Formats: sequence, C-alpha cells, structure tokens
Amino acid sequence: MTDALAAPGVVEGFLAASVRVATPLLLAATGETIAERSGVINLGIEGAMLAGALAAALASTGAGPLAGLAAGAAAGLLVALVFAAVALGLGANQIITGTAVTLGCIGLTGAVYRRAFGAGGAGLSIPTLPTVELPGLSALPIVGRALFAQPLPTYLALAAVPLAWWALFRTRAGLRLRAAGEAPELAAAQGVRPGRVRTVATLIGGAFAGLAGASLVLAQVGTFAEKMTAGRGFVAIAIVVLGRWNPLLVLPAALLFGALTALQFVFQAMGLAVPYQLFLMLPYALTLVALAGVVGGVRAPAALGK
Amino acid sequence: MSERLATLAKALAAPAAALALGLVLLAAGLAAAGYDARAGLAAMADGAFGSWYAFTSATLVRAVPLVLIGLGFALALRAGALNIGGEGQFLAGAIAAAWLGVALDGWPSVLAAPLGLLGAALAGALWMALPVLLRARYGVLEVISTLLLNFVAEALVSLMVTGPMQEPTHVYPQSAPIAAAARLPLLPGTRLHLGVGVAIAAAAALAFVLRQTWWGFAVTATGAGARAARVSGGIRTARVSAVALLLAGGLAGLAGGTEVGGVAYALYPNLSPGYGFTAIAVALLARLDPLGIVASGVLFGALEAGAQAMQRDAGIPSVAVYVVEALAILLVLVADAAARRRQGTMAGVSEAAA
Amino acid sequence: MQALRGADFTLAPGEVHALLGENGAGKTTLMHVAYGLVRPDAGTIHVDGVAHAFRTPRAARAAGIGLVPQHPLAIPTLTVAENLALALDWPVAPGALAARVREETARLELPLEPAARVEALPVALQQRLEIVKALAGRARVLLLDEPTAVLAPVEAEALMRRVRAFAAGGGSVVLITHKLEEALGWSDRVTVLRRGAVVASGAASAFDAPALAAAMVGSGAAAPRADERTVGRADVAAAAAATILVRAAHLEVEREDGSALAVREASFELRAGEIAAVAAVEGNGQRELLRAVAGVLPVWRGMLEVAPPVAFIPEDRTTEGLIPALDLTANVVLGVGRAAPWVRGFRLLWPQARARTGELIAQFGVRAAGPSAPASSLSGGNQQKVVIARALERHPRVLVAENPTRGLDVAATAAVHERLRAAAAAGCAVLVHSSDLDEVVALGGRLFVMSGGTLRAVGDGATRAEIGALMAGVRVA
Repeated sequence: MTDALAAPGVVEGFLAASVRVATPLLLAATGETIAERSGVINLGIEGAMLAGALAAALASTGAGPLAGLAAGAAAGLLVALVFAAVALGLGANQIITGTAVTLGCIGLTGAVYRRAFGAGGAGLSIPTLPTVELPGLSALPIVGRALFAQPLPTYLALAAVPLAWWALFRTRAGLRLRAAGEAPELAAAQGVRPGRVRTVATLIGGAFAGLAGASLVLAQVGTFAEKMTAGRGFVAIAIVVLGRWNPLLVLPAALLFGALTALQFVFQAMGLAVPYQLFLMLPYALTLVALAGVVGGVRAPAALGK
Repeated sequence: MSERLATLAKALAAPAAALALGLVLLAAGLAAAGYDARAGLAAMADGAFGSWYAFTSATLVRAVPLVLIGLGFALALRAGALNIGGEGQFLAGAIAAAWLGVALDGWPSVLAAPLGLLGAALAGALWMALPVLLRARYGVLEVISTLLLNFVAEALVSLMVTGPMQEPTHVYPQSAPIAAAARLPLLPGTRLHLGVGVAIAAAAALAFVLRQTWWGFAVTATGAGARAARVSGGIRTARVSAVALLLAGGLAGLAGGTEVGGVAYALYPNLSPGYGFTAIAVALLARLDPLGIVASGVLFGALEAGAQAMQRDAGIPSVAVYVVEALAILLVLVADAAARRRQGTMAGVSEAAA
Repeated sequence: MQALRGADFTLAPGEVHALLGENGAGKTTLMHVAYGLVRPDAGTIHVDGVAHAFRTPRAARAAGIGLVPQHPLAIPTLTVAENLALALDWPVAPGALAARVREETARLELPLEPAARVEALPVALQQRLEIVKALAGRARVLLLDEPTAVLAPVEAEALMRRVRAFAAGGGSVVLITHKLEEALGWSDRVTVLRRGAVVASGAASAFDAPALAAAMVGSGAAAPRADERTVGRADVAAAAAATILVRAAHLEVEREDGSALAVREASFELRAGEIAAVAAVEGNGQRELLRAVAGVLPVWRGMLEVAPPVAFIPEDRTTEGLIPALDLTANVVLGVGRAAPWVRGFRLLWPQARARTGELIAQFGVRAAGPSAPASSLSGGNQQKVVIARALERHPRVLVAENPTRGLDVAATAAVHERLRAAAAAGCAVLVHSSDLDEVVALGGRLFVMSGGTLRAVGDGATRAEIGALMAGVRVA
C-alpha cells in the first residue's frame, strides 16, 4: 500500500490503493450477489475466501500465480459445494450452515498452512501477479493508475460486474434465477427448478469468493496468514446489501469500502490524528441505513434464506 | 427430576456423539497430514482436564463467555430470531465494563464489580436495540444487521483504545487497567473468576424461565409456530422475539463484562478470539437447552484450552479444533434434517391412514 | 382424498362451457387435471381426439390449453414483462420485451404496463396478466377458474365480453363459477359437479337459476329437513329469552392485509344457547366477520360487543390452530391461554397441564400416544378433536368455529357437530361458518348467508336451493 502512495500524487495513490483493496471485496460481493438473487445467503463465503487464499498460496508456490488464481477459484467452489449439500440438499438453516462452513475453513486452512509452510511461516513469500499497465489508459490523469495499472484480478472483477449484471437482468437464465429467489414455489410452477438453480448460483458465488481470496494473496498481500481474510467475506455480504443486490451498484459499494479502508493508510502516512476508525464504521452504518429503506427503498429477494 | 435428567441425557447424546465423531475425524485428518495424532489428542486432554489448574484456569475460564453468549443465542433462536452479532454485543459489553472499571476506582468492591457487569449487560442489550428496531420498523433481517454491527463494534473498540479510553501513556492501543475493586473475585489458587458462577446462574435462570413460566412458553411457541401462537394463543409474537433478542444482547454483553472483569482487566482489540461464533456451535450442539449449553460450553472450553496445549506440546496448530466445531455443527444439522424427513413421512403415513 | 369420481366433461370448439359446483365439488381439481397440475388416478384427456396425459403445465400449454387460476400464479415481486417472459420464454432484453408485451397486450385488447411490478397491481390487472399469459401462448382452450370472484361488476362484464369474443373466434372456454346468473348469461352449456361427480349437464337454455341451485346443493333440495328446522325453531324460541352474548351494529372489518373492506355494515345479535351458522362461498367476508368476533382481527368501524371468554377454532389446523412440532400438552396450553388453572401469575405448571391434557385426550377420544405426543403425529380428525377440546377448556361463553369439519370423514364430522351442539346446550353462543351447505343445514339453529361482505339472515322457511342462490349472490323469487 505504501508503495502505491509513493506514486506521484497522493490522490492518485489513494485511488489506486482503494481499487486494490476493493478488488477482493468486489469479486466476493459479485459472486454473492448472484447467490443471493437466487435466494441463498451464504455466510460460508468467508471460509471459501480463506480456502481460496490458501489454495492460491500453495498453487502459486508450485506452479506460478496464474495456477494460483485457478486453484483459488476451485477451492472456493469446493467449499460452496459443502454448503450447498447441507443447506440446499438437506434444507438446513443457511445462516448456521454458512457459519459452520466458515469455522471449518478457518481450522482447515490453519492446519494445512502450518503443515505446508511450518509453524512460523514468517517471511513466506509467494510469487505474485504483476501489475498490468494498459498502454495509454494507465497514463490518464488521476484515475489512470487506479483503473488501468492493476494486477489481473482487478480487471477480472471489473469485467465480472457488467457480465453478472447482464446475466442476471438480460438473460432468460438470470430471470429464472431471480424467480427462484423471489418465489421458489411459483417459479417451480413455471418450470424453473429452484433447487438446481440455487445450487448453481451458490457454486458460482463460491468460485468468486475463492478467486477473491486468491487475489488477496496474489495481488495484495503477497503472503498467506491464518485467518487472513479477517471478515472480508462478511463485509462482502454487507456490500451486496448496500449495492441493493445489483452488480452495477455493488461496484461503487465495494469501492466505497475500499476507499474508506485506504483512507486510514493515507492518514497514517500523513501523520494526521484523525480517528480513522470512524471511516471504518461509516460503510456499515450506511449499509444499515440503506437496509432500513431510508435511502430509496431497498428490497431483498423475497425468498432470501428460505 | 430423574426423568428430566434422562431427557437431558438423551438430548445431549447426539451432540456428544457429533463432537466425538468430529474429534475422530480430526485425529484421522491429522494422522493423514502426517501429524502425531495420538500425541496431539493426549496433549489436548492433558491441557483441558490434566490438572485442577488446567480444568479451572484454562477450560472453565474459556467456557464462561461461550456459555453466556450461547444462552443468548439459544433464547433468541427459540423465539425464531437469529443473532449472529454475539461478537459485537460482547465487545459493547467489554467497552462498558472497562470504562466502568476505570471510572469506579475507589468504590467498594461489592458495588464496583456488580456495577461493571450490569453496565456490560445493558451495553450489550443496547447494542441489540438497533437491530430490534430495524426489524420491528423496517423488517430488516436481524441476521444481516447483527452481523454488520460486529464490525462497527470492532472499529469502536479500536477507536476507544486509541482515543478516549487509551491508557495514560498513550503508547499502547489498550485501555488503562480496571480498578482492583472492579475485578471479579478469583477461586484461590486458580485463575477461575466469579464469572463462572454468573454463567451457571444465568443458565439456571434461563432454564427456569423457559420451562416454568408463561413467557418461556410464549418464546417456544413464537419460534415453533408464530402464526398459530398469534391466532390461537393471542401471543404478541413480535414483542416476544424483540425481548428475546434484547436479552440475548444483554447476555453477550455480560460475557464481555466477565471477560474484562475476570480475565483481561483492560480493553484491547482482539479481546475475543471469535467467542461470538463459537457460541453458536455451543448452543446448537446443546439443542438450545440452557443446562445443556453449560455442558457443551465446558466441552468447547476444553477443546479450545486443549488446542493451546496441543499446539504447545505436540506442534499441532490450535486452529484445527475449529474443524471439530464445524463438523459437530454440520453433523447436528444433518441429523436434524434426517429426523425431520423421517417425521415428515411418518406424519404423512398416519394422515393417509386416518 | 378422492376429489373426482368418474367425471366426464366435453368441450366443443367455439363454446363457453360453465362448470358449476359448491366449494370442494371438484371443479378446480378437474381443471388442474386438464392443465397438467394434477395427475388423474384413472381416465384420459382427449384434445382434438388425441389422448393426452399432461405431466406438466408446459405440456398442457403446448397442446393449446391455458389456465387462468383463481389465485394468480405470477411472481409478485417481478414486473409484468418479466413474468410474461418467464412463462412464455420471451427474450429478456427490456426494450424488445416491453415492445413485445405492448404488442401482444394491444392485439389482445388487454393493455398492461410492462414495467409495473405485479404486487403493485390491482387484483383485476393481476388477473388480466394471467389471461394474457394464457392467450399470448396461443391457447385454443381457456380454463377460467372463478374469474369474476375478485372483479367489480363492470370489470366482470368486460371480461365476459372478451371471453365471448374468444369463443366467437373458434376458441373454447371452461368457465368455473359459483354465480348462477353468470353461467346462464354467458355460457352455451352448463355442467354441475357435486362431490366429484357430474349431476347435471346440458344446454344453458335448458336451465334456470333455481334448477341449477338445486343441482348444486343436492337433489331433493327443495324440501328442507322438516325435523331439523323444527328443532332449530325451538332453539330460537328458547334463545329469545336468553342473555345476549354477541352484539354487532354496523360492523365493518378489513381484510387481514388491510387491502379492502371485507365486512360491510353487519348487524346481528347472538344469545346464549344458540348456534348461528354462516353459509358463504370463500372470500365473501365471513372469515373476517368470524375473526373479528373471535378477537383475532380488529374492528374497522361500527360496534361489536362480545362476552368473554371467547374461544376460536381456526380453519387451518396446522398453521393457525396447532403448532405441529410441539406436543399436545403445549398445544393445549397455547389454546387455553393465560386464564388456565395451570398458569399462576408468571408461572406455568406443566405437570398440571399435562395431567389435564391426558384427561382431555381420554374424554374426547383423541387417538394419540399421550399428552407428550407431537401434534404432527396425529391424523387430521384427531388434531381437530384437540383443537375443539382445548377451545371448550376455556369455558367460553362465545365459541367461534371456521369450517370446523374441513377434511374430516363422516364419523369425525358427526363428533364435531355433537360437540358444538353440546356447547350450545350448555349455554354457549356458537358462531360457525361452513362452506358446505349440508353442514350449515345439519347444524341447525339460525342461518345467515354472506355474500360480497354483506350479512343476511335467512328466514325459517328457506329452501336449500334458495340458500344456495343467496350464497351465489342471486336473489331467487
């Protein structure tokens, strides 16, 4: 992060850091948006992210960062499969299942990590993804470096947003998915298979969360640590709410969370005595306000969690 | 009474089996990963139950917050509300307890310590007031609002210990130590504090309320069938679940109070190693039964205490016990789903036969 | 349960065929078989002489059959356009979709705003959406289930004109209705179902309203059971001197969701020892009237005085009456409430409640493993016995019962009736609704009919056919 601030302008550096911090959040939230639109709230994405992070660290060490990305997505998908089997297959409570899955992932990743990298694991350096500068665009003033001089996962996230929006709101499959999330019984009467649709959506969400974990390791932190996601999966769920279950609004919501996190680095770097924690609270407060419908009527999918 | 013990034993049998199965799976996993599983389990048992000191100062001390938060989670869920904000309410209680603990310097201990706990419980309930309000007024899912407030509480703790509540030297991100008068009495020779009594009393009180009072029945009816509770029982279900949620917040806040007053003696970030989430497992494994929660809380306390020993003595990462917790919850969920399915078909059969 | 018993039904091209019958006569089941929602145990469906066994609505639609259900099947939180795209596999891109919706609704002369969310639409427009769904799918056979039940007279008339136009263009229509005048006024042929069997069928011109009403409610209906009516009259005579326990004047009650007024200007009195039965077709305000008396729904306007304690037997045993997951003792505790002897202040004495539940199980002949058996383990009839036992355990002065015998067999029904009569004999005022006219008549006592939110007392001399006609909203001379 500090290297980002070393870039010419403070504003430019701040923007670049915001986007970088927001990238894993955006990936996870985009996937969760798809899942929640189908009626599934998966608290297990925190665990899926963690599993993705570790898988990326392992695969990247062995086969390079691109393999790391793929492994991260695969790990997230696998975790989501466990969630789907219990919560959708057996009809268990989604919240409790998701909590258990996350708990299990914390334990599993911790144990595997210590086994693989030794007790301390300190100084573990993982091959990371290089920054890809888009010629020309990255030279644009102010936003150039923030948007066009980022590692691969940022571009993936930025591409996934319109794609997810298009799939949800412009395709028949997306319509069927949303129908399953609004009224599964009525949707079934129209020939939709809610169980199958929700499983697929959950798996997509899991893969995105795994990718998010991988990007955290490969493009942001450069190493793995126990519990390193530190609640980012839950934050992603808040972002989905703030983004009104719409990928196009999830993007600015994720950037807001990223920017407010990046702000604390700016303050620290500038030696300002502003309590940055207030900025940390702000997005959650905003999300709660948004939930209450004070900011123009937000509505969750009618059958979310049921 | 013996009948009740029998039902309690029956209710605990499946969760205990789930936990045991979880441990077996963990051992298998550890062995497969090349760890010395036998040594690990031995170290674990030793660290949790090996000595009086280990049992009281490691196992029981960890069980206290788990039991208190777990009781609250169980009460709310029995009323049909999901509180996954135990972590945040715990921290709210811890902030209040730390603040009172410093402010009540000079007060007699018989007042300062209870006031600290009372303040913590109120703070926890207050932290829950917003989700309750949002649910009642705007229909906001308490699952999401309580989850979000966990992060706000974390940030608030961080703000407090670097700002208004920071220790006098302004070097460390923590509060000043609380006054000796505000500290909970310890069992001589151990680090076990009065919080264990508070937790047991809370469990007994909750067991009484749920089993022997009309309000306790209203809670059960609200959770099991809110519509029937309203139409046939005249129960104001919205109010019942709101009160249950507030009490859940209060219990989690109380846990923050016992942790500050009995263990930490100060406020600092990362005060909770995830008690709020582990407590969910504690409550579920006990099938939401208050006395069962005491038992499963001790088991989980032992698990976490043993995990520390396992890491120290056998080199096995302590976080591995989370796998046991997760497996136990998932196994309970699977068993419940199977039972539901069995019951469903049986009801269907008798319906058809009638 | 067998809903249909060897029912034959034919539909010719270009005809509107009215299907009449009371609630539970099997009309809707017959249409659901035709639309692939229910599979028949025996029998076949022929379309244009080809035998079909529709396994899904999709298959039925492919064969040119469209259903306009009584309760809309659209997804309330999606838009009109999205619902049409979902049902008809239209492309989802909003511009093209909206254009398609506008084009189709214009062609059908049934305009709808594509971007409107279905839940925000008035019921008439929600129904129009269902009709558009059926017709835009190029249906040649249209099944309309109680299409005018929720419509204002003007809207109903407009709909019927569209139906005739559809038939004039070669389409065939099945019109399910309770309303005799509607059947006689708009259809070519009429078939009457009773208890799952066809009891009358023929050209509409061959019937008049009294004949149809008689067929609907049972043959020989014109002669009320003299003995029962006499008993009823004796009750009324005795009751005249008794205490008034329920008094309502200009009572108005809203629907539960507050969307509309369900009871208009109802005025009546109930006295100790009498049974008052309300005959009505579903959705005519009787539910709200009973629930207001039971204290479950608030009074919107007017006066209502009910002598406590009141006991209520809700229609839906498993969602409103009992909590299936809890045991019988808990369900008894729930229904008896805070005035029970086992509630002392804030305490609840379970052993006492359990002992009393055991007694009630024996007393009411409930077939259950014991007071600790979960309610879900009981058959419907035994569940209802528990609901009634605990209602009486409140020692009510007013007892309100909604369709108390729905889904019960003959013996269980008789037992329920016996309990209601006994309660009245013990000085209770009993207010009961049933959608089965037989039951209303069998219970005796005073008779009311409710239609369109208006409560009317029925005179002693009324025949069952006349009552049936009143229920259907027709006055028969």
